[in-house]
Amino acid sequence: MGKTLQNRQENKLRYLPAIIALSVLYIVLLLLDNVLPANTFTLMLIPVLRKGAIYSLVCVSMNLLNGFTGLFSLGQAGFMLIGAYVYAIFSIPADQHAAVYQYFEGGAIQFSIPEMLGNVLGTNAGNFLGAIICIIIAGAVAAVFAALIGIPVLRLKSDYLAIATLGFAEILRAVFQWNGLGAITNGSNLLRKYTTFTDMNLQLGSITIKLHSLFPFLIAMLSILFIVLLINSTYGRAFKAIRDDEVAAEAMGINLFRHKMYAFIVSSFFAGVGGALLAMFQTTIQAAAFKTAMTYEILLMVVIGGIGSVSGSCIAAFLYIACSEWWLRFLDSGSFLGITVPFFRDGFRKVVFSVIIMVIVLFFSRGIMGDKELSFRGLISKLQKKSKKKEEADNG
Amino acid sequence: MAKNVLRLEDVTMQFGGVIAVNNLTMEINEGEIVALIGPNGAGKTTAFNAITGVYEPTNGAVYFNDELLVTNYPQGKMKKLYAGENHGKYTHRVSHTPDYITKKGIARTFQNIRLFKSMTVFENVLTAMHLRKTSNLFSATFRANRKEEAQMRKDTEELLKIVELYDVKDELATSLPYGKQRKLEIARALATQPTLLLLDEPAAGMNPQETEELTAFIRWVREKFNLTIFLIEHHMNLVMDISDRIYVIDFGKQIAQGVPAEIQRNQKVIDAYLGVDEDE
Amino acid sequence: MSAFLEANLPYILAGISVGGQYALIAIGYTMVYGILRLINFAHGDVFMVAGLVMVYTTASLPIYISIPIVLVATVILGLLIERVAYKPLRTAPRMSVMISAIGVSYLLQNCALYFTGGLPQIYPEIPFLSESITILGATTKWVTVITPFLTIILVVLLVLLINHTKIGMAMRAVSKDFETSQLMGIRINSVISVTFAIGCFLAAVGSLLYFSNYTSVIPTSGAMPGLKAFVAAVFGGIGSIPGAVIGAFIIGICENIIKGIGWTTFSDAFTFVLLIVILLVKPTGIFGEKTTDKV
Repeated sequence: MGKTLQNRQENKLRYLPAIIALSVLYIVLLLLDNVLPANTFTLMLIPVLRKGAIYSLVCVSMNLLNGFTGLFSLGQAGFMLIGAYVYAIFSIPADQHAAVYQYFEGGAIQFSIPEMLGNVLGTNAGNFLGAIICIIIAGAVAAVFAALIGIPVLRLKSDYLAIATLGFAEILRAVFQWNGLGAITNGSNLLRKYTTFTDMNLQLGSITIKLHSLFPFLIAMLSILFIVLLINSTYGRAFKAIRDDEVAAEAMGINLFRHKMYAFIVSSFFAGVGGALLAMFQTTIQAAAFKTAMTYEILLMVVIGGIGSVSGSCIAAFLYIACSEWWLRFLDSGSFLGITVPFFRDGFRKVVFSVIIMVIVLFFSRGIMGDKELSFRGLISKLQKKSKKKEEADNG
Repeated sequence: MAKNVLRLEDVTMQFGGVIAVNNLTMEINEGEIVALIGPNGAGKTTAFNAITGVYEPTNGAVYFNDELLVTNYPQGKMKKLYAGENHGKYTHRVSHTPDYITKKGIARTFQNIRLFKSMTVFENVLTAMHLRKTSNLFSATFRANRKEEAQMRKDTEELLKIVELYDVKDELATSLPYGKQRKLEIARALATQPTLLLLDEPAAGMNPQETEELTAFIRWVREKFNLTIFLIEHHMNLVMDISDRIYVIDFGKQIAQGVPAEIQRNQKVIDAYLGVDEDE
Repeated sequence: MSAFLEANLPYILAGISVGGQYALIAIGYTMVYGILRLINFAHGDVFMVAGLVMVYTTASLPIYISIPIVLVATVILGLLIERVAYKPLRTAPRMSVMISAIGVSYLLQNCALYFTGGLPQIYPEIPFLSESITILGATTKWVTVITPFLTIILVVLLVLLINHTKIGMAMRAVSKDFETSQLMGIRINSVISVTFAIGCFLAAVGSLLYFSNYTSVIPTSGAMPGLKAFVAAVFGGIGSIPGAVIGAFIIGICENIIKGIGWTTFSDAFTFVLLIVILLVKPTGIFGEKTTDKV
């Protein structure tokens, strides 16, 4: 009895470091948006953080398929495309339709969910809730497409699955650019004017608190939390069993097709959510951008983080975005610490970057985390071990 | 008369022009340990695969507890190609994926050990309990299945304790010594709560002492879990020691059946194993 | 029928031509897949690099020297990629090798982006190939007419090489069973090198013909033709050279007819629809052999 009580208390304490870390993070994000002055540093940091959060989610959703279920799928960009478009279509304000769909007589859909809610709840609450509803619809539509595409392609094996999902992503891209659907998708033109991160504000009396960076983090974290809980459930174990050995998994009573389908649908749902967030981040979207190259980039992030590690994917996503958009910028600018280097010009950053990726793929194929997870507990016990060793060394 | 657990009727398995299993008819009664033996390439594992849904038989039927489990007849390309017997006796097709058959109560192990290699001993067995879940994806994700999950974990622990693998439960399955990996594979199969257990060469690669221990273990498992056991094996000591009855196949065809003592004296069996000298 | 033919003749001609160019790329995919079971995602980019090398060499050298340089440089690039990116992963899971291929593709595209500065590079006019010709009232370039014949000649030579030489026999053996042929004393590494060399040589020839038609090279020029050529290889039955060639011609012609009837948006997507249909109906392709997994 005493033991269980202690266990329970320990269980409660277990999440304490994580909760503290999260609170600190959220406070920092709020400070960044509301208090800190806009200088060159924060102007670089804020977009990197937002985009990093979005890509973390996209990477984790891809990892669920490629790392945890062993399905080598290359359709991520296609599902993100669906998510981004569905989100944008349902959140363009009614009076902006004429401007956005100028070649398609104002388009077919003449309402905006955030606006409709805004009329009832007030602009800020309407935007916030409306955006969340649109994001969920975006994920759901991506999931429905995944279910339809999954029926044929999930019967295929490894590399055939990869090439078939890649093919579907390309087909989707063509369909969204097709003028025949222009009244809905705006053909090959941009979609814009929809609700973005800068519309996420909280009104407290006369004070407006900006939630511009908090919002992507909130959505991405809740989504990743869902995926983590799924991976650690009995279904997650079934996914891993399929990854390890399909024949044995089937002989243990796991229905291959059904479980692959579950993983595919969940992964696509969150790819759709990620796409919607990316649309919010970019403020304009165009189907042409969701190329195979985008999927490749996400896959490389997953590899860098470690195939089969959620925390690895998140770390890699932030590192990747920070390097490519911020830290390695000097490689493009022609000078480094005041020294002018002739071959540092446009594009050099990407060359260096791809060389680093190749080195990781070839020599550190387990990535940053391998298939392990980062945990506060693990970190603490590691530190304790280190200090103990040090003590022993000091004593000895 | 004991109750029929598994019954094969005219099961034929043809790949292209090769008949791997030819018109195999056999029955296994409740509580029995039955062995299927034969020289290499005789079609033993193929017969197992036809029962467990990995392959679909070309012709014939499999009954489990007197219920039709699998049946098929030559169709499509096979219609012309079929070279086995009883063409036309079976007229419809019942086919299931392996997971369905496992859920029905037939569990199996594999000739070349197929454990989940990234998982610990505990997780290997726990994963095999997945088929009894009643939760759906959402209730499992949101932990509404706490009770069930706790029960699964408790049952896993108990199972590991009785098969004496509890002390290595947190080790990586593939890091275990060979004999224990075999044992774990059997434990994992037991976790699916079968009534019939198919063992595909459980003693392959074991030394005489390990084989002896395994013999005792299989017997003990049958008593403990009230099982019927059907096994493929090359170790004749084990087979003769443990089996109630033996079926012998060669080139896919049954050449003998009976109790161990009869099989040992059967000339056809001796010929199949040693080869017949044509000149004699 | 004849009205249809007349109206679509330019498209059909273009289709046959581009089909031949796809065929030359597709052979590289199908041979590498046959031997290593690897989708060489970087192959399309090797094709693009061949185009860029041509652009840069002709800037300072005459055409008749540039062309051999392009062919040799492409082959060397292919061998280098194999040595550096694929050879160390020979025992690794298939997924790792595929990821490595994607990494190489990314690297080649980024290098191209760096060297070109992101600007389209105008492809040099190759005398004779780039000149115009009128067939049955349709005006086209000589390259359109020559491509199918050149493709067929090269394929026949390749098939002869595979069926009647020692190295060809070794290649067939390795594609049947990698491990056993290794045990039989076949030097796997040299067989793989020859495969990559042939594949890249044909891709270089393909790039000469393809870019003569399209006039400019950008870093992503190789991606789409590469994917299409791979689809052609799957369509014809991966591992089969005649299959890849026939698949490539079918894709090239269909794609151009679709452009002809005004569905340009879907000309790329069509290829993938075809891919998915073939994967579902006959995953082994038109000429593929069936393999069974052993439990």
